[in-house]
Amino acid sequence: MDALLFMIFAAIAVVCGISLVVQTHPISSALSLVGVMGALAALYLLLGGEFIAAAQLVVYAGAIMVLFVFVIMLLNAGTEHKGRRTWAKYAGAPLLLVLLGLIAIGITHHLPASEGVMFGQFTKGTPLEFGRALFTTYLLPFEVTSVLILIAILGAIVLARKEID
Amino acid sequence: MPALPSSVPLSWYLTLSAILFVLGIAGFLFRRNIITVFMSIELMLNAVNLSFITFSYKLKQVDGHIFSFFVMVVAAAEAAVGLAIILTVFKNRQTLEIDELSSLKN
Repeated sequence: MDALLFMIFAAIAVVCGISLVVQTHPISSALSLVGVMGALAALYLLLGGEFIAAAQLVVYAGAIMVLFVFVIMLLNAGTEHKGRRTWAKYAGAPLLLVLLGLIAIGITHHLPASEGVMFGQFTKGTPLEFGRALFTTYLLPFEVTSVLILIAILGAIVLARKEID
Repeated sequence: MPALPSSVPLSWYLTLSAILFVLGIAGFLFRRNIITVFMSIELMLNAVNLSFITFSYKLKQVDGHIFSFFVMVVAAAEAAVGLAIILTVFKNRQTLEIDELSSLKN
């Protein structure tokens, strides 16, 4: 059952990821990215990350993607034109496949194949355990992120208002 | 069709993460719309989050979840600032094609 669910959601994630790269209209790419994020949230749940799965849906698939779709529609972005074919077009795909192969070989060599992921075996991903770690061990980084968010808000407002000649 | 194992090997999760990361790099390299390039970066961040959570399962610790939570926070801040920059660029140049936004070159 675990393997079946993994296969289903991994297939959704990979198909939506390919669709993100292949689609020519930005709004189609954005919808594909929402699909990837939803599938990843389900995989987080299989790995025992209850809180992080909910945060993935609310923050990523909800807030960030709404921002993207909003900007795409505000700028009325259309289908992208065919550009000239640069060296990246020819050399990029084979190099990326080589990179993927190297990573896959490294992963399968260094991890014991017997160890598997069972749903329900990892119980520290609950909001209780997560919050306890976040507000004790990681209290300082958590407070620093609030400053980061504040700076980002100010920066976004200043940038979006300014007229640059 | 071979029988599926009763538990999913960790390497499957990490390989899925690698596939998504490479797809993100491909989008970053091959696409010319600046918004799509930006979405490819988000895809790469998501792939890394999956790795963090897989290793968190392997080590039986919640720290990986916290790191990926921080990645989400940084991604939110990055999206807000990045999209504001894209808005400003579009207001001044009326284009989203990265090939035409090359005034820093030469």
